[in-house]
Amino acid sequence: MDIMHLAGNYAEAVSMILFGIGFTNLLLQKNLIRKIIGLNIMDTSVYLFLALKGYIYGRKAPIVTDGVQSMESYINPIPSGLVLTGIVVSVSVTAVMLSLTIRLYRKYHTLNMDEITTIINRGEENK
Amino acid sequence: MTSFVCNFPFMTILMSLFSGAVSSVLPSKWARRWNKILLVLIAIMSFATMGYCWRLGTYYTYSMGHFPAPWGNEIRVGVLETFMAMFFSLLMLLCMLGGEVERELEIEQSKQSLYYVLANLLIASLLALIYTNDIFTAYVFVETNTLAACGLIMIRQYGRTMEAATRYLIMNLLGSGLFLLGVTFLYDLTGHLLMGNMKIAVAEIVEEGVYTVPLIISIAFMVVGVAIKTALYPFHAWVPDAYGYSTLSSSALLSALVSKGYIFLLIKIFMRVIGFDIVSKTSVADVLFVYGLIGMMMGSLNAIRQKDIRRMLAYSSVAQMGYIYMGLDLGTEFGIVAAIFHIISHMATKAMLFVAAGGLAAASGDHKEFSHLKGAAYRNRMAGLAFLAGALSMIGLPLFSGFISKLLFAQASMEQGYKMFFALAAIAISTILNTIYFMKAVIIIYTPVYSGEGNRIGGRIISVKDQALKVAVFAAFIAIDMILGLFSDPIVRLLTIGIQMFS
Repeated sequence: MDIMHLAGNYAEAVSMILFGIGFTNLLLQKNLIRKIIGLNIMDTSVYLFLALKGYIYGRKAPIVTDGVQSMESYINPIPSGLVLTGIVVSVSVTAVMLSLTIRLYRKYHTLNMDEITTIINRGEENK
Repeated sequence: MTSFVCNFPFMTILMSLFSGAVSSVLPSKWARRWNKILLVLIAIMSFATMGYCWRLGTYYTYSMGHFPAPWGNEIRVGVLETFMAMFFSLLMLLCMLGGEVERELEIEQSKQSLYYVLANLLIASLLALIYTNDIFTAYVFVETNTLAACGLIMIRQYGRTMEAATRYLIMNLLGSGLFLLGVTFLYDLTGHLLMGNMKIAVAEIVEEGVYTVPLIISIAFMVVGVAIKTALYPFHAWVPDAYGYSTLSSSALLSALVSKGYIFLLIKIFMRVIGFDIVSKTSVADVLFVYGLIGMMMGSLNAIRQKDIRRMLAYSSVAQMGYIYMGLDLGTEFGIVAAIFHIISHMATKAMLFVAAGGLAAASGDHKEFSHLKGAAYRNRMAGLAFLAGALSMIGLPLFSGFISKLLFAQASMEQGYKMFFALAAIAISTILNTIYFMKAVIIIYTPVYSGEGNRIGGRIISVKDQALKVAVFAAFIAIDMILGLFSDPIVRLLTIGIQMFS
């Protein structure tokens, strides 16, 4: 029964699996670029989930082009609005993260977070 | 009938955002001045709004844009929110003033005005977190807050801070990812974004008993997200570097304000979105209670082992976050009052300790290690005095605010059967641990240095005349701490009324 439920909502299940993939990548990868990719997968999976929740089967995006004003023919626009806002947020966060990565790479010539920490700690001891 | 004062909360948010944009083109001197004026203005305006709400005897909502309640976005203003806004802006002013000298030295000249851009952005997002009544807006400002805080860490550019900023950002993004997922789930369940409407829908869900598991999962996601961002015990790995190596005012701001903004949002979610009765009944509250207790111990135990005064203070913050979570999850309304009192008490005390630690380090050749801080309180008397006051407050001696918050926690736990024992035991043990590391620090800074040793430490004497501004800041900090400690009754009453208006 539960399996049938899951199969019926396969798209939501996929988005949650993607969230897990993104989350673990952001948390566990050592390479900064892979971390950022993980971050984007994580955020996008939430947007997928939101978009799915706003979608109603067989209806269109709520942009009036052919004069149809009935509420019955359009999907719920609010989740789409939330997705747009969320995308703006995640773009700015990614930009900050990338700029930090560039700075660290220029200084330490590596993208590996653990190596960077090791270099910094070694520098502290020599001082 | 709306009076002009009603517009103030919205105006403070907009003003700070706008000043952030303007500060980026102003010369650094003017940006600095404008930042001070802005913070004073916000404090005054928040105070005026608080008086208005007090006379009104209730909260009011202020709709943003032209859409009415279930669709549009709104902010909600009551006594508690305005009080917090006032306190946040005052404390931020003191932190900015206290770290001014260090900031001039440690940050590149061309980047000075950018610091004020970030600071204005920070206060804007904190105000928005305090006032907003829309959960998705709260998410957006959580991210804004994270970005501003990350900027405040990395603006002092050397290897340590860049690494600390990266770790800070990664952990905080994990937290806000979870928070966003929780918000999405809750929106999916309730169909609303405004907190008041959500609460009604959540009450219906609980009554019908159909979607209780998704509801608990969504609460858990939001709680874990906020817990990561506020450095509750197992998620505190990023704290010592972020608080320990950034410039002085940034450390003070991060530990005093940024984490408190998130925790205020969590209180708001508990009281206004889900309903406190429902949260207290779920296992989420119990789990959080246990982690709060563990955090109180582990934060202090880690603080004892530190050799660096700033890192010690950072671990002490972790322990104090444990106190706040413990108060929140006692399951009584008085526990929330105690938690909020601890929030303001810890804000004042920890900011004072950070600024004082900066002063002590400056008198010891810019070394933050205890081995160099010997006798620092004699070289910089006012900083030593402020550190002593802060340490006594953290330990919980009467006269200081820390005593009142511990008393309130103990009182709050009395109403709560089995949790009482654990809470009281944890407070007692944690007080002893606090005493160990704070008294160790105080004894070190008050140990006289023999003339032969002076050269090794390389300190210099900083008299009151050399640092008139800092002395004023220390005096203000000590005054705030003692006012909170001596005249706590009216403040507790205000918070109690505020909480009633809040939910």
